[in-house]
Formats: sequence, C-alpha cells, structure tokens
Amino acid sequence: MGVSSLVAAGAVRLSDESNCHLIPWGGGSDCGFPAPTADIFSFSPYSTLAIAGQEFNFTKPVVLAIIGSIFLIVFFLAVFRKPKLVPGRMQSVGEYGYTFIRDGVAREVIGKEGDKYVPFLFSLFFFVWMLNIWGIIPFAQFPVSSRIAWPVALAIVIWPLYMWLGMRHQGPVKYFTNMMFPPGLPKPIYLILAPIELVSNVLVRPVTLAIRLFANMFAGHLLLTIFAVATFYLISPSLIGILGSAASFVMSVILTAFEAFIQALQAFIFTLLAAVYISTSLHAEH
Amino acid sequence: MQSLSLLAEVTGSLGSIGYGLAAIGPGIGIGLIFGNGVQAIARQPEAYGVIRQNMILGFALTEALALIGFVAPFVFGK
Repeated sequence: MGVSSLVAAGAVRLSDESNCHLIPWGGGSDCGFPAPTADIFSFSPYSTLAIAGQEFNFTKPVVLAIIGSIFLIVFFLAVFRKPKLVPGRMQSVGEYGYTFIRDGVAREVIGKEGDKYVPFLFSLFFFVWMLNIWGIIPFAQFPVSSRIAWPVALAIVIWPLYMWLGMRHQGPVKYFTNMMFPPGLPKPIYLILAPIELVSNVLVRPVTLAIRLFANMFAGHLLLTIFAVATFYLISPSLIGILGSAASFVMSVILTAFEAFIQALQAFIFTLLAAVYISTSLHAEH
Repeated sequence: MQSLSLLAEVTGSLGSIGYGLAAIGPGIGIGLIFGNGVQAIARQPEAYGVIRQNMILGFALTEALALIGFVAPFVFGK
C-alpha cells in the first residue's frame, strides 16, 4: 500500500511537470527544477501473484531480472553446449569471459584451489553485470541492482559460503581465533583489535558488499535521471535554451558511457571481493 | 531563552552536508591508492596484474565509506 501510494504521488508529480521549463513557453510556467527523488525507484506492479496468502509483485526490476537471467542461460548454453576445439566467434567471447574470471580473479586471489570456485564466481560476475547493465539498455534503463533487495540477496548467498568454508578449513573455533588474533602483535593491542576484526569480518563485510553495489547503481541512475530531466527542463525556443538543453543532453550521453564502465567495474569488484572472502576463509591470515 | 545566541545555522538538507563531509576522507584515500598504484606500475610494469587487482580492492574498500555517506541522506530524510 505504501509503495503504491508513493508511485501514485510520483505519477501525479510527473504529469504536473510535463510543461515545466526554466524559460516558460507554450502556455507552460516555470515551477522550479523538478529534481528526481528516491521515488523514481518505486514501480507499481504489472501483475501480482498470490501464493498461500503471500503476494509476489512483478514490478519492472523483477521482470528485467527474469529476462536477464533467461538471456544469460540461453547465451551461455548456446556458447558452451557444443564446444569446438577451434572456437568460433561466439565461443571465443564466452571463453574470454571464462578465462578472465579464472585467471584474473580465481587463480590470482585464491590460488591453486581457486579453480573449484570458478563456476560460482563466473555466474556471480555475469549475473551482477546483467543486473547492472539494464541501467543503460535503451527503453529498459533501470539498473536492477539499485533496488537494495538484489545486492542483499547476493550478499546473503556469499556470507554463509565464506563462513562455512572458514569453519570447515580452519575448524569452527580456530576460524574465529585466527580471525581475531593475527600473530605477531604486542599483547595489549588484541584488546582493541580482536573485537574490531570480529565485527569487520562477520558483520561489516556482507553489509558493505551489498551497500557498495546498491549505492553505486542508485547514484548512477539518479545522476542520469537528473541530466535527462534537466535536458527537458532547460529546453525552450531560444538560443540559450537550446544551448543549455544540448549541453545537458551531451552530459547525459557522456555519463551513460561512464555508467557502462562503472557497471562492469562494480560487477568485477563484487566478484573480486567474494573471491577475497573465500580466500581468507581457506587460509588463515598471517 | 534570549541569552541563547545562534552562531551558525544549517537549514535544508543536513544529509547532503553530511555526504560532503563523508566524501573528503575517501577522496583523499582513493587519490593515494591510484597515485601510488600508477607509480608502482611505472616502476614495475611486469607486476601489473597483481598491482591492478590490489589497487581495485583498496579502491572498493575505501569507496564504501563514501557510499555509506551517500545513502545516509536518503535513509534519514531531509
């Protein structure tokens, strides 16, 4: 109910804006710059599925995520289903992505036993990238991971994984003592260090992992929206209006290119940090 | 009541001011990381892979502080 009323408020606000320009023309008036707010991240559901009293809303992010997942599954099935010794064009692309994760992330961070985690890291990277890249695909233009539920869900997958790996490889108690008492420090330091290490490894890690991805995509989408709205707000049939509007439009194109870079980088960082957490669980820090 | 004199007042979004303050530290940190990273690559180009990976890792950990600051205004309102 809260969300739908927010959307309704947003819809009303958007329709009011339709004739709002800095230099009024065509019967409109200047009603101030309609800066986008967090409302642009709420959508009313296309349809609602009720299973056992629990409602599942199919909003734009959910639909985009489903389409993205289907695309990834179909693409990688087509690429890797019948691998040839001499790879074709599509297989080369797939293999490049695979070796990038295997050599650049798994082997570089985890080491020799990293090959075991390549399928997980590979899926993670391409799934996160797909969620992010929806932000610049024309007509979709909404980064799914700017809804915090998606990064949180991914962090909830990674957190038990590295906790469990740490307890299995170092022992359930030894894992925590290795984490809290890195050797070779003066005794009194541990009074401060041990609780900090415990909190940072157990609580801060998953939280920052989720917030980093979420906030980057949130900020990026807000930035693009501000310049898109400004393009419309500044336009008027006069030289200054056209120049201002064109500058804002060029800026939004430049920022779209910048976002494309940030989206790939954030997907890479997400995967890299997952690999680092797995790696610190496999071997005690020294 | 009259004896309380106001020296300075912030009106509008305090969260935005908070974000500005929160961005100072990570700004310096990210500058240090990439500055030193580029210097390290220039001195030892053959270690590019390891340096780049650690550079991006340090960047991600530092940037988290700025991003938490960015989210705060939206969480705590205007």
